[in-house]
Parts: sequence; C-alpha cells; structure tokens
Amino acid sequence: MASLVQEFTKGLWKEIPPFRLVLGLCPTLAVSNTANNGLGMGAAVIFVLALSNVIISLVRNIIPKKVRIACFIAIAASLVVAVEMLMQAFAYPLYEQLGIFVPLIVVNCIILGRAEAFAGKNPPLASLADGLGMGIGFTISLTFLGAIRESFGSGTLFGVPLFGPDFHPFTFMVQAPGAFVCLGLILAGMNFLNVWQAKRKGVDLDPNFDAGCSGCGACKMMDKIAAQQKLERLEPSKG
Amino acid sequence: MDIFLLFISAIFVNNILLAQYLGNCPYLGCSKEKGVAFGMGAAVLFVIVLATVICFLIQKYVLNVLHLEYLQTIVFILVIAALVQFVEMFLKKMVPPLYKSLGIFLPLITTNCAVLGVAILVQRKEFDLLTSTLYALAASLGFLLAIILMAGIRERFEITRIPRSMKGVPSGLIMAGIMSLAFMAFKGMIA
Repeated sequence: MASLVQEFTKGLWKEIPPFRLVLGLCPTLAVSNTANNGLGMGAAVIFVLALSNVIISLVRNIIPKKVRIACFIAIAASLVVAVEMLMQAFAYPLYEQLGIFVPLIVVNCIILGRAEAFAGKNPPLASLADGLGMGIGFTISLTFLGAIRESFGSGTLFGVPLFGPDFHPFTFMVQAPGAFVCLGLILAGMNFLNVWQAKRKGVDLDPNFDAGCSGCGACKMMDKIAAQQKLERLEPSKG
Repeated sequence: MDIFLLFISAIFVNNILLAQYLGNCPYLGCSKEKGVAFGMGAAVLFVIVLATVICFLIQKYVLNVLHLEYLQTIVFILVIAALVQFVEMFLKKMVPPLYKSLGIFLPLITTNCAVLGVAILVQRKEFDLLTSTLYALAASLGFLLAIILMAGIRERFEITRIPRSMKGVPSGLIMAGIMSLAFMAFKGMIA
C-alpha cells in the first residue's frame, strides 16, 4: 500500500513532468496560454495516461518485445480518439481552443515514456497510481504555467480580470517567445532548487540533465551518433 | 502567388517549431552538433513530405469514402509508423549511402509530433493535394532551418560560462524564445 502511495505522489513533486522529468514539451508550450486551457489539456492527458498505463500493464506479458512501441502507440491512439469524441460531445469550446494538440496527445512522449519506463514492467494497480500521479502532476504544471502566462499576458486568471482597467497586458507572454522563455526560466529554477537541496544533504549534484525523454531514448542515441561521427572524422575509415 | 506566399510564411512566419510549438523534443535533444542536427532535419523533411502526401490520399480516398473520419488520428499514426519502418528498410536495401546519412535518424521520427502534426494540420486547413505537399515541404524546411541555427548557437554555448542551473534544456528553451522573437519579425514581410 505504501508503495502505491509512493508511485502516486512521485508524479506530484519529485518527478513532476514536465518540470523535473522533461517530457511532453510541445503541448506544455502550446496550450499554456491560459490557465483554463492548461487545465483542460491536463484532464485529457490524465484520462489517456491512466487508462493507457493500465491497459499496457495488463498486456505487458503478451506483447512481443520487438513490436511493443507500435502496440503502445496503437493503444494510446485508441484512447485519444475516445477523448476527442468525449470532448467534442461535452466540451466543444475547449476542443476548439486546444485544436491540433488533442490528437497530438498520441505522440506526447509522456504517454510512451511512462509506458516504456513504468507500465511495461509493473502490475496494473501500480501503473494506475503512476499514471494518475504523473497526469495530475502534468495538469498542475500546465495550469501553473498557464496562470503565470495568462495573468501577465492578458491580465486575467481563469478568465477573471485581475488588475483592473488600467492594466496594459504584456502580450509577449501569451505568444510563442513568452512560452519558451517562461518554461526555460521555470526549468532553471527547478534545477537551482535541486542543486540547493542536494547541497544541504551534502551531495554535489550536476544539474545538467539532458532532455530526459526517457521513453524514446532518441537523445541518448543522438549522442552515440555524434560520438561516432566525431570518431570517423578523426580517423577516416580505411577503404 | 498565393501558394508562394503560403510557402514563405510556412517557413518563416508560422515556423513549425518556433511559432507552432511542434517537434520540440528533437529540437532540444538533437541540436548539440551541426552534423547531427542536419541529419535529423533532413530525415524529418523526407518523412514529413512523404507522410503528408500518403495521409492525404488515405483521408481522401479511404476514410472520407467510407465515412470513417473519426479514425483519422489512429490511422494516421499507424500509417506514419509503418511508413517510417518501410522507408528505413527500402533505403537500407536500395540506397545504402543515403541510409548511412539519414537512416539512423528514421526510427526516432515516428513519435515526432511535427510529422503527425503537419498531416493533421493540412486536413484541418482543407488544402488540396498540391498545396498540402508544398505546405509540408515548407514546414519541414522551416524545421531544418531552425534546428541548424540552434545547433550553431549551442556549439558556441558549450564553451561559454553560464550559470550551472541554466545549462542544457533551460538555456536551450530561452534561446528558442529569442529565436522565436526574431522569427516573429518576419510577420511584417508578409503583411
């Protein structure tokens, strides 16, 4: 039981995506222009992530290793289609607002990342806890970022005016550059916090985490390729 | 003329990475060296154009005819996954030199949201086949441009002294923000 609670709560702070576990940056940047959008996107992700984790963990012993990624994608895609239909039926304005990013939940690395790192190896109940925790963590992050950007960028919070009629909105924040800079500063702050906490415990932590898309492993593979190319440049292959 | 305008604006003004936030994972993960960035960008270009054309045809001649529009997401992603696998096998067998430079990047592209994103975007915008192809080409050229620029900056950043907690992703994101600000200036060119 204690471990279940642990699986759930680690997504809320210790490994909160995308602030600590850098996963799913595209939707984070794109739909965090208002707090409402962030909350809606988060809800859709909670649904898909929790269910896909449970289903994947149920079939984890049946799927052959070689085609597991394709299976994960198929499972996630079916759930996303369900979410799309639900949103069209019950939350159409939100669906219009989120636009293309609803179908793009399929390729959100948070889904594949958790499938690969957790649900593919753990029993269903633990996977459900992990999925719910991560999903809620994602929602909190998105709403937080959305709240910051919305309150500075358009002077409102959840659509309610904050600063009175004399406020000049800082539109930079709700546009693309604001998203990048804001998220970058938050990540830097998180890094700083990590190092500070580690220092208090007497550990010297290197904060330089790579884009930890632990699911796809693309970045690790990239580093390998880069190293190989460097090697080839240094000693040109014979023949 | 309209098509030309669309082409230019898809590269610069509505840059897929910097204005539409698609494909950030490879953007931040694979932009540490110019060579790698170019390989990734070229592979993405190849796959986006091919995937958009095939998905367009499937949508028009299969899904629309059978009234299965709601299956769009699931069909598109499976088509893209299969396509990437197929292209990889084809290149390996038929064009080994190309495989050597692009092939290694291909398996990483299936879950790149830019590929699925463009395929769905041209459906939402209701382009015809020619416009869709051109849009896909322009969008992926924009991606290539952005990722190479980023790699160029990041190579310099490696030898710069910056605060420890800003290293890696945070500084990458802030750089992307500044680049995106610069790309926004192209809006004046079109309007």
